[in-house]
This record gives sequence, C-alpha cells and structure tokens, in this order.
Amino acid sequence: MATQHSRSAARIMMAPAVILLLGWMLVPLMMTLYFSFKKYLPLRGGDLGWVGFENYARFVSSSSFWPAVSATLMIVVGVLLITSILGVLLAILLDQPMWGQGIVRILVIAPFFVMPTVSALVWKNMFMDPVNGLLAHLWKFFGADPVAWLTEVPMGSIIMIVSWQWLPFATLILLTAIQSLDSEQLEASEMDGAPVLARFWYIVLPHLSRALTVVILIQTIFLLSIFAEIFVTTQGAFGTKTLSYLIFQRVLESQNVGLGSAGGVYAIILANIVALFLMRIVGKNLDT
Amino acid sequence: MAIKSALRAATALCLISAVSVQADTITIATVNNGDMIRMQGLTDDFTSKTGHTVEWVTLEENVLRQRVTTDITTKGGQFDIMTIGMYETPIWAANGWLVALDDLSADYDAGDILPAMAGGLSYDGTMFAAPFYGESSMIMYRTDLMEAAGLEMPTAPTWDFIKDAAVAMTDKDAGVYGICLRGKAGWGENMAFLTATSNAFGARWFDENWTPQFDSDAWSETLNFYIDLMNEAGPPGASNNGFNENLSLFQQGKCGMWIDATVAASFVTNPNDSTVFDKVGFALAPNTGKGKNSNWLWAWALGIPAGTDNEGAAKEFIEWATSKDYIELVAANEGWANVPPGARQSLYDNPEYQKVPFAQMTLDSILSADPNNPTVDPVPYVGVQFAAIPEFAGIASEVGQEFSAALAGQQTAAEALEKAQALTVDAMEAAGY
Amino acid sequence: MARAVTTKRKSINTALAWAVGLLIFFPILWTVLTSFKTEAQAIADPPIFLGFDWTFENYSTVMERSNYMRFLWNSVIIAGGSTILGVIIAVPAAWSMAFVPSKRTKDILMWMLSTKMLPAVGVLYPIYLLFIRLGWLDSRVGLVIVLMLINLPIIVWMLYTYFKEIPGEILEAARMDGASLKEEILYVLTPMAVPGIASTLLLNVILAWNEAFWTLNLTAAKAAPLTAFIASYSSPEGLFYAKLSAASTMAIAPILILGWFSQKQLVRGLTFGAVK
Repeated sequence: MATQHSRSAARIMMAPAVILLLGWMLVPLMMTLYFSFKKYLPLRGGDLGWVGFENYARFVSSSSFWPAVSATLMIVVGVLLITSILGVLLAILLDQPMWGQGIVRILVIAPFFVMPTVSALVWKNMFMDPVNGLLAHLWKFFGADPVAWLTEVPMGSIIMIVSWQWLPFATLILLTAIQSLDSEQLEASEMDGAPVLARFWYIVLPHLSRALTVVILIQTIFLLSIFAEIFVTTQGAFGTKTLSYLIFQRVLESQNVGLGSAGGVYAIILANIVALFLMRIVGKNLDT
Repeated sequence: MAIKSALRAATALCLISAVSVQADTITIATVNNGDMIRMQGLTDDFTSKTGHTVEWVTLEENVLRQRVTTDITTKGGQFDIMTIGMYETPIWAANGWLVALDDLSADYDAGDILPAMAGGLSYDGTMFAAPFYGESSMIMYRTDLMEAAGLEMPTAPTWDFIKDAAVAMTDKDAGVYGICLRGKAGWGENMAFLTATSNAFGARWFDENWTPQFDSDAWSETLNFYIDLMNEAGPPGASNNGFNENLSLFQQGKCGMWIDATVAASFVTNPNDSTVFDKVGFALAPNTGKGKNSNWLWAWALGIPAGTDNEGAAKEFIEWATSKDYIELVAANEGWANVPPGARQSLYDNPEYQKVPFAQMTLDSILSADPNNPTVDPVPYVGVQFAAIPEFAGIASEVGQEFSAALAGQQTAAEALEKAQALTVDAMEAAGY
Repeated sequence: MARAVTTKRKSINTALAWAVGLLIFFPILWTVLTSFKTEAQAIADPPIFLGFDWTFENYSTVMERSNYMRFLWNSVIIAGGSTILGVIIAVPAAWSMAFVPSKRTKDILMWMLSTKMLPAVGVLYPIYLLFIRLGWLDSRVGLVIVLMLINLPIIVWMLYTYFKEIPGEILEAARMDGASLKEEILYVLTPMAVPGIASTLLLNVILAWNEAFWTLNLTAAKAAPLTAFIASYSSPEGLFYAKLSAASTMAIAPILILGWFSQKQLVRGLTFGAVK
C-alpha cells in the first residue's frame, strides 16, 4: 500500500515533528558544546576564551563525578525495580473481582497526578521529618527510635518518594495488559491444576513482558534527569547527588557555565548509552 | 463557602488592580520570609502613595537565588527589584549589574542606615542595595530549662559553657534537646553557621595567599567540637535541619538553646506561633577566648538590576520599603516586636523599640561582627560567614555537604575536612587563583 | 469475566485491595486533612486524624497572599496549549509512521524519545539566552512551545501505537471510495483513534501540568503556573505544614479531579502498544 505518492506525503507529514525536535535537540546541544570548550564564568566577566578540553577533564576528575553517575543509576534502577515488581503484584490484585474496584483504582492512580515538587515536600516534611513526621510518630508509637529518613537512608528515601509517584503509572499499564490476557487460557490451566505460581510464571509474566518493557522505557527517560525531588529533599547531600544535580551545582551555584556544559555533554553521553541499551531490549520486545 | 468568598475577593482584587493603570508596574523577586510576606501585604500603602503597582514573585530562598542569578548573569531583565544579600551585592556591583543607590532623597536619610549594613552592601564606597532588614546571630535559650539545670547564662558565654549547658538541658525522653544548630548543607545554611563558628576557634577559609585552610588544626577543632556537641545534645536528623527546621523545633519547645539569626528572636517570642514565647533569653554568640565571637553579619536587601525600564518606580519602592516610615507602618499594624530589624540606627534610638526584649542584644551582636576583619589571623577576603568572591557559594555548598555528611555519621570529621580541602583547592585552581 | 468466584475470595480481595489503595492514597489524604487544621494542630503530638476543628483559615491566607486564579489559569493554558499543539503536530507524523513505515521508522521513534533524556539543567543557560533573544521569557507562548517540544516524543509514540492497531483494510476501503489523504485522516482514522487520542491528551496534560523545571525557571510574574505558586510556600519561616498543605491541595486538586473524572479514558488508552 506504500505507493510512491504516499511515501512522499508521509515524509511531508513527518517533517514538522522531526524538524522541531531536531531543532530542540541541536540548538541547545550546539550551544552547550560551544560553552563546554570555553572558560565561561558569568561572575568574572563572562567569556574568558577557549580552553580546549580542560572543562571535560576537570569535570571527570572531580571527586563528585563517579559517585554522581552511580547515584543516578541507583535511582533509576531502584525505582524501576520497585515499580515493576509492586506494579505487577498490584495489577494482579486489581484485576481480581472485588467490590468497589473503580474507587480502589482511583485511589491507586492518584499519586501520578501529584507534582513532583509537592510530593517531595509532603513526604519530606509531613512524613519523613524525624520530629514532626507521621512516620516518626508511628515509630514512637511502637516504641522505636524515630528514623531520620533523609539523612540515615537518604537514597532509599528518595527512591521511595519517586517510586510512590511512578507506581500508579506502572500499575495502570500492567493492568491494561493483564486485562487483555485471554481468560480462557487461564481457566484452562486452572482446570489442569497448574499451581498459582506456575500459572503466574508461565502465562502471566510472559504476557506482561511487552508492558514491562514500556514501563521501563518510559520511566527511564523521566528518571534519568530527575531533579526536583533531590532539590527539595537533600539538595544533593549524603550521596544523593545525581549527574543532573552535579551539573546544577556547577552551572548555578559555582557559576561555571563552561564546566557545567561539559557536564551536560557527559550527561548526554550517559543518556545515549542507556538509550542504546534500552533499544536492545525494546527492539527485541517491541517490534510492532 | 469560605473558599468561594475568598475566590470572589481575589477576583475582585484582580479587577481593581487592572483598572488603576497610568503608573508603572514593577516586578519584585523576593524570599518567602516572614518580613517580606508582611511587606507584600502592605503593598497597598505603596500603591496609594505613588500610584505604582507591584507584581510579587515570592519564592523559597534556594529557588529565588537560582532565579535571580540566572536572570542577572544573562541580563534577562525579568525583575525590577531583586532581594539579595551581602554576599551577592558587592560581586554583582563590581560587574556593573546593579543600579547605584547614591541619589536617594534627603527624607530617606541614608546616613541613618547602620554603618555595618551600608558597608556590607556597598562596592567602592557606593551603596548598591538598601537593607530591608539586617541580622547577626546570637544565642536564644530557654530561661526555664536553664534555671532547671541550675545554670546561669553569662552575656558573653564561651563554647565550653554552651556545651556543658546543652548536655545538662538535654532530656531526650521528653523530646528536649539541649542545642539546635544548623546541619543542613548549603553555603547559606550550615556553612554560614560553621564559618562564623570557626572564626571563634581561630580558623579561616584562606590564608593571605588564598591557600585553603581546611587542613588546619583550628578547623579540625571546630568541626569535631560541633559534631560532638550535636551528637550529645542535638535533635535527631540534625544534618537536615536549617534555619526553618530549627525555628519550628524551638517554637515547639524542643530546643534548650539555638544559635541563629537575630531576626528569629521576634518569631520565638511571638505568642501566636511560639509555645515558649515568654521563656526565651538572649546572649551573644559564644567565643573561645580568642577575641572573636561566633556571630555573623547579613542583610536581606533590595537592589535594582541595571537596565530595567522602571528604574524610577523601583527606586521609589526601595525608598518606601526601607524607610523609617515603613518601620512605623509595620509597628502600627503588627507591634514593635515585628518591625524589620537591624537596618537603621534610629530604630534602636526609639524608646518604644528599646522595650522589645531582644533589641539591645541584636544591636550588640550586629556591632560585634566585623566583615573586614573577621578572623583571628589575617585573611584576604571580606565577609564574616562567607568570603565575598564569586566562587564561594559553589565551593561552600559542596564543603557544606561534606560537613553535613560528617554530622550524619557517614564519614569522620577528618575525612570531611580532607575532602573539603581537596575540592576547595581544585575549585580555586579552576578559578585561576 | 465469567470466572466463578466465591464470596469469601471476593471479600479477601476487596479487603486487601482497599487496604493497599488507601495506603497509597494516604499521603494525599493526609495533606488534604492537614490543610484544614491550624498550624498547631498540624504538628500535634500525637497526630490528630479527624478530631480537629476544621478551619478554612489556611486557604484564605493563601488566597490573600497569592493570586491563585492567575497561577491556575496559567497552568491551564500552558498544559492545555502545549498538549493540543503537540497533538496537532504529532497526528500527521504518527500517521505516516504507522501506515507508511520504512526501515528507519523505529530508529526515528527511538531518537525522538532520546531527546527527552537531555538533562534540563545542563541547557538552562543556553535556553535562557535564547528566550531573551526571542522575547519569550515569562510568556505563556514560550512555555507552551517548550513543553510541547518536551512532550512531543511521547505524544508521537502514543499516537503511533494507536494508529498501528487500526487495520489497514479500512483505509484501503476508504481510499477505494476516493477519499483524499486529508479526508482519510479526518473522517476515517481520527474517529477510530479517539480513545487513543483522548488518553494521549490526558497523559500529556498531566505531564505538562507537573513539569517543574522550565515552568519555574523561565517565568517571573506574568506566566508563572502552579509550580511556581508552590515554590513560595515550600519552606518559609516558622510553622508551615498547614499552609503548605493548603497550597499543595490547591495545586494538585484541579488535575486530580480531571484525572479522576477521566480515568476510564486514561486507563483504556494507556497501553503504549503494549497490548496486542
């Protein structure tokens, strides 16, 4: 059906989206590349000339660089693990017959509508605060010492907050997938006397693999550049400084635009490595 | 119902402000601190006097810094007035980014501004931002707990006394902690406190050749003392407590002592917000007998970015907001204890204000801080709790994270200092020192 | 769903699901409850769940301090505008990817998604300079365009997966009947893809509503949406839990309500091609 005519029409129809995104990618990228080879200190007079790869060398040699890369990956992997596992369980649970299914579903998806800043503020102040937080009261109620979440388990706390925001998304996609599962197939296996676990492992999970791929892909894209949650909660202290946050420190706090731009280029490289890695799995799982 | 009527009131307000045009509209970026919110509430007085209207951009401190710095360095021109501090003002003025405030009217009486404040907000002898309020730091303590511990606070205590008192006042089971201090990372948070404290211990950021000094014994003594003190007598999670967190703890009666900004005095003695308003005493920030106290000097000030179209209206606003009349306006509305403090000599000469319990101690604290001569040993920089160089904010934020992690017990003080030294050396090298 | 289920099992399911649902929803519920307390009650020890004196004082304080309606209106315009603009640009692109696929279709799709991985902080300085040049700072137009660009890849991808599911024969038939390309898209394709487009619109309104980096950094007074509104309540001096809760409730309520009302559409379409 792909005639010559429709091919060229297709190209024209794709053009606006492709050109816009190309511009959105290239213009900042070019400017970032330009700044990254400059000594550019706005507070010291701005452009102080070309410096070659000095910014690149300095950014990597900083003692914060590798911890920042690993913090970024830890958050991504941590949140992905939690949301996928809990998401599958929750989707299965919500798929069961029950009373008030619609309302439960509303309750479960609600966190997805909450602004990241708001959710970080609420968790930080009203739940994780070691003196006035609700969790501290809960701990005290059971006779335990309140935990200072954001200083004692900073990474875990942030992963928890972010997972809370993304769990609904994962659950929704997985739920739609489960609902499309052929119930006859399940029933047949039920009659065969296949144990619950085996049914889950051999029928449900394979069926969910595409949905899981989508969840992983979309979340990774959003999680790689996570910023607001860290800005609000720990400001990058206690080993929660992600690459995004490190760049923020270089550009805005240290006012070293050249150095920060070099960091931006590294972040783009990291994103592309992850993207390549993702495309491998997605390519296998998502050939539509 | 209340929401509905409030909604209606807000809509009505919008309509009114849209009608009264003719004059300029200025955009002001400011911090969401209590005094600024009060100023925002009094905008109508300014509008009725001058005809100019005001658009407020009120942001949390960290977001505000990020916004105004981006805008000023790129000459974005989004704001006609920015709320800035003693650190930014001289640096921005040196770059020619601020409008000089040397032609304010005679009524304004610029000579009345406390010399310490005017000095800190000047570059080359010209004032570039007008102080809205000024502050130093001092000890606020619970008189009842101090008495129960059988101790008496001297007017100029030493750190050793503070430590003993803090331990004596601590009753963790009752949720009372002897001392609350800043631990949250940030150059304006824990580093403001620790830098000021280190001055009393004889430490300094740089020697006269700009060599970082975190490897000195004095810094090691400072940091170890602070961490020991907090572990023994501080609240849980102190490494995430900044000014606001500690204020709220103190107001709830959970702190025996709190060493922080003098402006907090009016909040902790305010019966509406504070459960301990009638049990608070004040004393100078502690020393170690080396001749310097651990108090800082800061002002939140209003500056005008160069190149704004509304320079005239912006100056009128600054004259209004930092005037003697404004102070009286607030006094008439909210009482003398709530006026913006620390900016003008005339306020401290006012017999009404002298009745306020913390007035004298605030003035004494401000007068005892010397930005030009902040440390025991000589330094090449200006500033008590900061060094007024462009690199400081970035370096101190990172150093602050190391110190905060040390307080949280994730590394030792020695490790934190070692990292601090390394990253400071690196950043100073990058800046070309 | 013809599976016969015992009442006992259904009860267990119900209890478990409700427990989990309430647990997940609890932070929001707690925020809303706190917004009706006084500041002192908000930090009471032990915490008070329902037995407090309900008050609207926090809401009136917030309304007095901030021009909530303007923030709200800006959010609506920016989130709605960027989404609609995005869909208009994405529909033709997604159509051609779905019905005239080439070897590179998937690469293009992946590349589009990868543009979302650029860390926004890294390009703040260049974008800010660009916005000054274009006169877009603190304007809704500027934000609509930026947010449209940020979400465009997601929109294209979602639409692509819906179009993909539409059988090609229907289009063939339409073409036989002499429908032009435009008519084909407008009258044949779009109606079939309505559920998909609806959930695309919804998801992207949510994403744009909650975007907190560009909306905060590229605005001052005129175009600032609710994300900036929240930044003025985030950690002020003194007790603030109740006021923060009120402001938070006001910031999330519109989108939460929209989401709840339209959750059926959202859920039905939120497949990203994961369901065959």
